[in-house]
Amino acid sequence: MKPGWEMVIGLEVHCELKTATKLFCGCPNMFGDEPNTNVCPVCLGLPGSLPVLNQKAVELAMAIGTALDCEIRSSTFHRKNYFYPDQAKDYQISQYDEPINVNGHLDLPDGTQVGIERAHMEEDTGKTSHSGISGRIHGAAYSLVDYNRSGVPLVEIVSAPDMRSSAQARAYATELRAVLVASGASDGKMEEGSMRVDANVSVRRSSDDPFGTRCEIKNLNSVRSLGRAIEFEAERQIVLIESGERVVQQTRHWDEDAGRTVTLRSKEDAYDYRYFLEPDLVPLVPDAEWIGAVADTLGLMPAKRRSRLIELLEDAGGVTDAQVDQVATVVDLGLDELVIAAAAGGVASSLALTRTANEAATDADRARRLDPVSYTALLTMEAGGSLSATQAKAVLADLLVAGGGDPAAIAKAKGFEVMSEDSLTSVIADAVAAHPDEWARYCEGGEKGDKLAGFFTGLVMKATRGQANGKAVAAELHRLRA
Amino acid sequence: MKAPRPAGNLAASVRAGARSALEILEEHLAAIESGDGAVHAFNLVTADQARGEARAVDRVVEAGDDPGLLAGVPVALKDNLCTRGVPTTCSSRILEGWRPPYDATVVTRLRKAGAVMVGKTNMDEFAMGSSTETSAFGATRNPHDTNRVPGGSSGGSAAAVAAGFAPLALGSDTGGSIRQPAALCGVVGMKPTYGAVSRYGLVAFASSLDQIGPFATTVADAALLFDVIGGHDARDSTSLNRPTPRALSVLEDGVAGLTVGILSEFLDGAAPDVVARTHQAAEALTRAGARVEEVSVPEVRLGLSAYYLIAPGEASSNLARYDGVRYGLRVEAEDTAAMNIATRSAGFGPEVKRRIMLGTYVLSAGYMDAYYNQALRVRTKIIEGFAAAYRTCDVLLGPTAPTTAFALGAKTDDPLTMYLSDVCTIPSNLAGHPAISVPFGAGDDGLPVGVQLLGPALSESTLFKVAAVVEAAAPALAAPSLVAGGRS
Amino acid sequence: MDEPKRLTRAEVAHVAVLARLDLSEEELDLYTEQLAQVLDHAADVASLDLAGVAPTAHALAVTNVLRPDEPTPGVDREEVLAQAPSVEDHRFRVPRILGEAP
Ligand SMILES: [Mg+2]
Ligand SMILES: [Zn+2]
Repeated sequence: MKPGWEMVIGLEVHCELKTATKLFCGCPNMFGDEPNTNVCPVCLGLPGSLPVLNQKAVELAMAIGTALDCEIRSSTFHRKNYFYPDQAKDYQISQYDEPINVNGHLDLPDGTQVGIERAHMEEDTGKTSHSGISGRIHGAAYSLVDYNRSGVPLVEIVSAPDMRSSAQARAYATELRAVLVASGASDGKMEEGSMRVDANVSVRRSSDDPFGTRCEIKNLNSVRSLGRAIEFEAERQIVLIESGERVVQQTRHWDEDAGRTVTLRSKEDAYDYRYFLEPDLVPLVPDAEWIGAVADTLGLMPAKRRSRLIELLEDAGGVTDAQVDQVATVVDLGLDELVIAAAAGGVASSLALTRTANEAATDADRARRLDPVSYTALLTMEAGGSLSATQAKAVLADLLVAGGGDPAAIAKAKGFEVMSEDSLTSVIADAVAAHPDEWARYCEGGEKGDKLAGFFTGLVMKATRGQANGKAVAAELHRLRA
Repeated sequence: MKAPRPAGNLAASVRAGARSALEILEEHLAAIESGDGAVHAFNLVTADQARGEARAVDRVVEAGDDPGLLAGVPVALKDNLCTRGVPTTCSSRILEGWRPPYDATVVTRLRKAGAVMVGKTNMDEFAMGSSTETSAFGATRNPHDTNRVPGGSSGGSAAAVAAGFAPLALGSDTGGSIRQPAALCGVVGMKPTYGAVSRYGLVAFASSLDQIGPFATTVADAALLFDVIGGHDARDSTSLNRPTPRALSVLEDGVAGLTVGILSEFLDGAAPDVVARTHQAAEALTRAGARVEEVSVPEVRLGLSAYYLIAPGEASSNLARYDGVRYGLRVEAEDTAAMNIATRSAGFGPEVKRRIMLGTYVLSAGYMDAYYNQALRVRTKIIEGFAAAYRTCDVLLGPTAPTTAFALGAKTDDPLTMYLSDVCTIPSNLAGHPAISVPFGAGDDGLPVGVQLLGPALSESTLFKVAAVVEAAAPALAAPSLVAGGRS
Repeated sequence: MDEPKRLTRAEVAHVAVLARLDLSEEELDLYTEQLAQVLDHAADVASLDLAGVAPTAHALAVTNVLRPDEPTPGVDREEVLAQAPSVEDHRFRVPRILGEAP
């Protein structure tokens, strides 16, 4: 960001809900089926058809509201009128001035908080594909419409304009995605379009200034594009203002290949949506009991799960920046229960975190199914010195494939045995003898010298094919130097 | 007193094996064949399909089973009710030839009750009109005088029953579209409580006002048809999930002890002969033991204005889907927006365009609150006005339409005058209340007059009961000349 | 409540754009006059002071009408596509689209 400027970002995220059927009809909510096979009179907008609200969709919307600390309220549906061929009725049923969720917030891993203005329910449109090689709307001779997606339930989550950098916006999108997945509301797959992000961006010279004119950017298909698009757009607006021009309120399109935003339409082409209350539906009035029942089904949200791990580490003496990243990784992958179980079984939380974030994380799907008892037993062996780190990793790989098992038996079958102290001493002595210069520098100590401990440890590990216990090697090196 | 029930008797004779459904159907097909050229009640007569349905009913009887309450009774359907595989046009070019892939809930219920569907009746285009003259396929004529309109928008259904083409028919009533043509054609027509009959499969005009209801030659037959089509439907979110009144069972209970209010606002604009007939109906109710008093609901005077803001508003949105993409007419053009415009401009008639324009305007930015939202507040006032009246009255009485049937073409150039023919029927739609029109003799011109009974929500049983008393006291009305054995 | 101004021909033309109707000059004149008549008649409603009155969008006092999240049979694709003006590759075909969806 150019010095002397601040960006102001608000995000609108559309998320498809993980229901079995659509929002207003019993057609399957399924991605990737043959075109126009999951359709009925309702989602095709046939004359005479009527919508009936899906209870599960309402409950998932309430789950999102609960996860985002929103106030869950009585709500109504409106018709948003506009003509477009993917819109089967030529209006969208959407919540307008009385949305189900309002006034929430999302806590980001860096400790900042972003306000949530509303999270409302609406229906998705069908999908158009375009003739021609580019497959793009521009220049296509004609288009084809598939209504399988028509009526799929969406929740649109509108943040407050609280974000001040593209990094924060990326963190928000990442964290929101994690919350949507953790709440069971959505699979959060941006690449399949089940989570779609639009960004409102403006710039100003100082945080005391009023908000500048904003532009809305559409077609952000990944968290990475989101960051790039915001950076580009803020820069574009700054250049305009610094050259004496004005930012015009617009909807802009992110061109991923060109790496820039382009005008989609200006405010003058704004639609007159003629919102009015949808007469085919009745108000939704959730009582405290229903809201409570939905909340009871919710597990812990990522922020809470991260803070649990941080507390464990703090109890054990402190948290490094690297560990904060490891915690984020572990929670993001849904592996935090493994760490908690191992720590409860007596394993040092730092070791449990490291093994989980580094090794278990490489095969997260299997790790989520791993028996925590086996995992705890393995880490206990490693911590106690009966397995080296390398050996422990090898045993873990087998445990992951089997979903559990007895780590001691696996270690034995692999021929892993703890090296006797005598043989370790002789291997170390050989290494020292073969590299006298390095040994001398190690003995000098200091920052440079100490680093050579790693060099000798590496030699020993190589010679023992990883069977040596790293801690024992370090202790012996230290003893020899003294 | 025994309420006459010709359709009920037909069903009883079929269920008893005394008459065959096919024979009954053929009689009615013959009547259509000889008479509908002059009336044009039907857009489509589904003779072959109807024969198949009639034979199926006869087979059920032969097998010793019961085909249901409407066994073998021919029923005509307004052409805005979806029928699977059978063209459903709303009398519009834009839907011409469209074959829905599904049946409306009321059609499913008719099938289950053993009814035989004879065809789709003509109507004002998308139910927008009060004379069945806005149909894209030509006007329907009043069987009592083919130079007169049958009323509308369900003019085809009213005329079909009046002319003896079918003993029963279904229509839809958004601002009076069942009751007003029933009155003008001399038959019984009823608009149920909003939510009492499922709207699933009724092509929408104004969703918060539309309601399907029965046409019959007698009150008892209308009650029978209402009992068959009514009741909760999970496909319609606005369908009431509570036991619907079973109208037929209380039909002969009489009116002793009931209070009937003559609604003075409805008398104000009505023609003298219509007012006279209304008073005569009131006297009959007094004789039968009801207490009759005059009552005023001043708010209903605002009904017409409110209706012509609300109904077009909803309609402009409901009719957006006719865009040439998925079904119906398409007029090709360079791009999709141009295709939408060309299709809609060619496919909709002038009255539909007028209402779409009006509705789009009242919903558009800047006017929404002054017109549409204000009309919704008036709706609240009308409901409150009725509630006050129903604190002292069980039902209200008034004319159904201000005049008897007017001449074809008399009002087509003046929309506002045409709209005024619904002035007595609209308030019930705005309130969501039931109302029924019962024939009560003729006006000075010899044409039918209908009196209307209005009640609070879910008062259908009471309305039918009172209507049966009015019916029994009604002066004789000459049968339409088109009916065999009638005046010629 | 202020009474709205009488509608103009330009407004009627704008409304036609919103409604996707192409009106001839004569139709524009006619509708301007006829809509104004209806709106004049509605002045009785527009001019009322109903500030404290809640609007009734629906005469029905029902809430929370929901259906279970269970699949129900849809319609046959071929039956639906057979009704379409233009079809290609089991999809509804439309002429080129000039802009992105809003
Ligand atoms: Mg949205
Ligand atoms: Zn569907």
